[in-house]
Amino acid sequence: MIGGLFIYNHKGEVLISRVYRDDIGRNAVDAFRVNVIHARQQVRSPVTNIARTSFFHIKRSNIWLAAVTKQNVNAAMVFEFLYKMCDVMTAYFGKISEENIKNNFVLIYELLDEILDFGYPQNSETGALKTFITQQGIKGQHQTKEEQSQITSQVTGQIGWRREGIKYRRNELFLDVLESVNLLMSPQGQVLSAHVSGRVVMKSYLSGMPECKFGMNDKIVIDKQGKGGTTDDPGKSELGGSGKQSIAIDDCTFHQCVRLSKFDSERSISFIPPDGEYELMRYRTTKDIILPFRVIPLVREVGRTKLEVKVVIKSNFKPSLLAQKIEVRIPTPLNTSGVQVICMKGKAKYKASENAIVWKIKRMAGMKESQISAEIELLPTNDKKKWARPPISMNFEVPFAPSGLKVRYLKVFESKLNYSDHDVIKWVRYIGRSGIYETRC
Amino acid sequence: MTDSKYFTTTKKGEIFELKAELNSDKKEKKKEAVKKVIASMTVGKDVSALFPDVVNCMQTDNLELKKLVYLYLMNYAKSQPDMAIMAVNTFVKDCEDPNPLIRALAVRTMGCIRVDKITEYLCEPLRKCLKDEDPYVRKTAAVCVAKLHDINAQLVEDQGFLDTLKDLISDSNPMVVANAVAALSEIAESHPNSNLLDLNPQTINKLLTALNECTEWGQIFILDCLANYMPRDDRESQSICERVTPRLSHANSAVVLSAVKVLMKFMEMLPKDLDYYGTLLKKLAPPLVTLLSAEPELQYVALRNINLIVQKRPEILKHEMKVFFVKYNDPIYVKLEKLDIMIRLASQANIAQVLAELKEYATEVDVDFVRKAVRAIGRCAIKVEQSAERCVSTLLDLIQTKVNYVVQEAIVVIKDIFRKYPNKYESVIATLCENLDSLDEPEARAAMIWIVGEYAERIDNADELLESFLEGFHDESTQVQLQLLTAIVKLFLKKPTETQELVQQVLSLATQDSDNPDLRDRGYIYWRLLSTDPVAAKEVVLAEKPLISEETDLIEPTLLEELICHIGTLASVYHKPPSAFVEGSRGVQHKKLTARAGSGESAESPDVGLSGPSEAPPAVIPSQGDLLGDLLNLDLAPPTATVPSVQPSMQMGAMDLLGGGLDSLMGDESDTLGGDIGGSPSMGGGLGVAPAAMPAALGGAPAVGGGLGDLFDLSGGVGMPTGSYVAPKTVWLPAMKAKGLEISGTFARRGGIIQMDLSLTNKAMSVMTDFAIQFNRNSFGLAPAGPLQVLTPLSPNQTIDVSLPLSTSGPVMKMEPLNNLQVAVKNNIDVFYFSCQYPISMIFVEDGKMERQVFLATWKDIPNDNEALFQIKDIHLNSDAASNKLQGSNIFTIAKRTVEGQDMLYLSVKLTNGIWVLAEMRIQTGNPNYTEMELSIKCRAPEVSPFVFQCYELVLKN
Repeated sequence: MIGGLFIYNHKGEVLISRVYRDDIGRNAVDAFRVNVIHARQQVRSPVTNIARTSFFHIKRSNIWLAAVTKQNVNAAMVFEFLYKMCDVMTAYFGKISEENIKNNFVLIYELLDEILDFGYPQNSETGALKTFITQQGIKGQHQTKEEQSQITSQVTGQIGWRREGIKYRRNELFLDVLESVNLLMSPQGQVLSAHVSGRVVMKSYLSGMPECKFGMNDKIVIDKQGKGGTTDDPGKSELGGSGKQSIAIDDCTFHQCVRLSKFDSERSISFIPPDGEYELMRYRTTKDIILPFRVIPLVREVGRTKLEVKVVIKSNFKPSLLAQKIEVRIPTPLNTSGVQVICMKGKAKYKASENAIVWKIKRMAGMKESQISAEIELLPTNDKKKWARPPISMNFEVPFAPSGLKVRYLKVFESKLNYSDHDVIKWVRYIGRSGIYETRC
Repeated sequence: MTDSKYFTTTKKGEIFELKAELNSDKKEKKKEAVKKVIASMTVGKDVSALFPDVVNCMQTDNLELKKLVYLYLMNYAKSQPDMAIMAVNTFVKDCEDPNPLIRALAVRTMGCIRVDKITEYLCEPLRKCLKDEDPYVRKTAAVCVAKLHDINAQLVEDQGFLDTLKDLISDSNPMVVANAVAALSEIAESHPNSNLLDLNPQTINKLLTALNECTEWGQIFILDCLANYMPRDDRESQSICERVTPRLSHANSAVVLSAVKVLMKFMEMLPKDLDYYGTLLKKLAPPLVTLLSAEPELQYVALRNINLIVQKRPEILKHEMKVFFVKYNDPIYVKLEKLDIMIRLASQANIAQVLAELKEYATEVDVDFVRKAVRAIGRCAIKVEQSAERCVSTLLDLIQTKVNYVVQEAIVVIKDIFRKYPNKYESVIATLCENLDSLDEPEARAAMIWIVGEYAERIDNADELLESFLEGFHDESTQVQLQLLTAIVKLFLKKPTETQELVQQVLSLATQDSDNPDLRDRGYIYWRLLSTDPVAAKEVVLAEKPLISEETDLIEPTLLEELICHIGTLASVYHKPPSAFVEGSRGVQHKKLTARAGSGESAESPDVGLSGPSEAPPAVIPSQGDLLGDLLNLDLAPPTATVPSVQPSMQMGAMDLLGGGLDSLMGDESDTLGGDIGGSPSMGGGLGVAPAAMPAALGGAPAVGGGLGDLFDLSGGVGMPTGSYVAPKTVWLPAMKAKGLEISGTFARRGGIIQMDLSLTNKAMSVMTDFAIQFNRNSFGLAPAGPLQVLTPLSPNQTIDVSLPLSTSGPVMKMEPLNNLQVAVKNNIDVFYFSCQYPISMIFVEDGKMERQVFLATWKDIPNDNEALFQIKDIHLNSDAASNKLQGSNIFTIAKRTVEGQDMLYLSVKLTNGIWVLAEMRIQTGNPNYTEMELSIKCRAPEVSPFVFQCYELVLKN
């Protein structure tokens, strides 16, 4: 199990050091600093073995978090724990920075004592932790016995992510379907790989212990229902279950509140949500993805000292919708001496420090086309190595889900309190963003 | 509230000041002081001098202050054991506190204080806390048992905490269950035989129920524990698999990977024809792909594991090639791992895509990555034959870029392609030679030299090229020196007239001016060879090289199986068994996959199980008795999760021994001496390390003995009489098919030499002359060791008997059936082809008697699914007679014992290529009409087993 946990600043000074196991000595702190933080070479692996001691590290801005062990631990668990620890810290004091960590070191030690026992991760849901560990010192002195046992049963209980007795005057929930669409396209316009990784983020402000059920246009569910319908009403099922209406989900993962065995057997998503914001599910699709933009590059080398670049982008969605924050990044060779750009729309600039032409367009409607052309002057070099031609990348945001996912319903049942599904105010929003959206040139 | 100020107190006299503050009456001031102490502790200052003052602050009702003091105590108690006792009272009192959070805090902290005197006081409070009414306290106490065990294992056992811990597995609270499981698993690891985690269907059921309810971390503990369970039958494994699969949708990657581990392990026990088996395989792919959208560090862990999974079950991800394409912004460690998996998944179907990607990668910035990409192109060429040509042209394109490290890497892989596809791509040599000057890395230089030497006859200025290398001979690395030596000797053998001076120069450089023993040895061997028998030298140095294997980089199967059992853990990240990086006893147990018990043998296993280890009679071999019992145990008892390590240290030793031995055996299986020397530069050291293996490899006369003198004494050995069974001659080539030539023959092994006894009969009308014989490639590399000696012309109706000595150093190719041999015989009339099958006992070598120790270790080491069972009926022999008879055919009895009126023989056989075949034979004694013998054969190459069985049967029946 995890033998110790260290947090360093960018210089390698220790900010937090907590040792859980006897086999980890004080010298481990220095070993990591010398061999990893101060290493001359760039780090080649997130797991480092130094003198039979293994170090796992992640970085958040310029802060290093390292877990150390001498045993054959579950490596995936260690990293998951490190991420979780960052989440917990962020939930308590915001951004993970040297200053924040120094300001809250007592709190961090307290948290580390609670969420890691003898190197075994314990309940680390902020919802539960905040009931008994706070920045204003510890509650507990003035609690009644009932309150205390409520805390402990929540921390150890089946529904560790939600406390009882939550009340809202207005029951409200927000669903955000956030997708990032990833593309790798060949210069000839052939899709080399494309996938959407999506997240359904929920903000719930619901009273009591509501039982929720979430439904989307998952092909498997729709087909199942479609089959049921065929016997009575063939016409209707055709409408409901046709290809465009439903999407094939390659895989999905859920927040721990979702009953996985129920999803496995019935493919229904039911859960008691945590209070506030959390990520309900993640999913991945690869079929029938709407690629919001197409990039058509044309690069021509004119002699040894000049490049001509022309890039056309085409928007490929309903004309009534508007894409935002469009940015096309066209890499330029390292020996570029000057660039002249002409673009029909938006603004384009050559950024020498980034070795790229950055073309920004604020808004663009669907089914439109725009173009940029640039002449790049090159310095003559005797470098034999050819320019690697990194791909042209794109950023954008569109108000729909490129995977085609639709939320069908989110039902709320709370039997003990007197509000029904109809009383809950629900909001749904779809945002599609570019992930790694690249076209080779 | 800003606490950062505590980090900046670095004045002199600080300790003194702190001391004063700690003893202050004001609560706030005290708290501030303790915080300063903790801050100093964090940055590594020694504040142990303040121990008594800090401990004095302990008795407070301010929980925050209390926690800080506890933190201090955990750090310094060990250095001040006597003072630490002062804290005991407070702990004991806190363990009785009405607030469960405080009770838990006390027991949690107390377990972290590693002072003997304190642990004594810990027992009573711990016992109470383990039965506390509050689950939060129980779950903390469960972990505390593991802490205490780490400090004083005996105490934990004496106090009966282990039983209490076991009871907690049935606790109503899922988190208590999970922590109890974690604690028990850890304790069990240091007591391999304690049977602590007595997993049975009932406990498994409890765990599976808790799995649905506990935290993500608890799920990991439970899944990791489940992976150690061994289901009784395939129905149980299926039902566990069904209940574990929902975890594949968990957001926590570690839960997913641990679930994958359980499934990969239990799948092994499912019958492959089961529908569910196929369903399960399909369910595994999507979650594995999803892991690749996690954070980069987790991606790395996932990719290292996928690398293992793909080797074990390539079918799972064979259609998912695209997800492993490298993204421009991936961290380098993710890129390198993806590349590895791409090569593993490369097949004819996707090779075009893969190559296009690899070519793209070869133009990237990171040197390591580019090198690996170039190397990957070469590996694709070797793996997918259809792509070889495209790969070669891609590599040539890359060489044209003139980027130094790309060129060097390309040359190294092209050398391998030459070896894999001889006489196909040599036209590119000219292009390669152009880049000779830019090579500055030993591996690339050695590869280039190998190419020049190998194709010396096609390169006009080969001698000049090699000579240019020779100038700086002593500055080269060993790898290059060895290669240069071999290449020049090759050149000399091919063009003896012009290069005599060169060869003398290199031999003297290697033998007289070098202090590297490997180089000197190789030099002397060449020198002797060349001076005594140039023909033999040619045979050795220019021998046909064995094919290089497609997947040289595959993980060795037993290690792979062990690593599969460690999916998700550090072992799977390092691709090393835990024993390689974990100190002490923990985690050293070797885990193994256990395959489903064969359906055929199930009928007889129950009664054998009864007569097995429980009442093993005094063994025939006293000193080995217990180990033999152990062997029986392993063989016949129901499959167990781990090897019962009765004598762990000893077992380890034996395994290591075997490991080393096997490696060297494998070495001479795949490479003859000639191949070795002339072969890949990466094997440059081969000659130095394998003097013992040399004679065997050289002449195909295994175990003739050491000494160079014997080396070429191939056909000289007159067969010493052995009792080996020789089958009567059968007609292999009827006269009808061969224009009147009839060939009948058989095989015999005389004095360690395989001989093909042929009778050639001329049934035609004319005289036959000019006989010659040749073999096609075959499974064991059989080849004529000399020409077919038919000295006189064969007149019509005449029969000549000839004996053709065979060597086993010929080219190897697996035949179907394994012992098939395709022969071509030529005479003045025509060439005729026929095929015959040789009894596999021909290739049983004389030194096939294994050490007992090694036998036991090997038997255990070979996976159970490599075991094959056979029956031999109607045999009228007792065990001694059988043993004698078998010995005549180089099947050696290692040990014999009698169990319940049955004689058991343990036998070993070694094949010419170094493969060992082990067997256990059961013979019923006392009955004069023995009707059957049971034979179970274990071998690393299970396809050999049926043929070995045939030999047993043949030998015993004749």
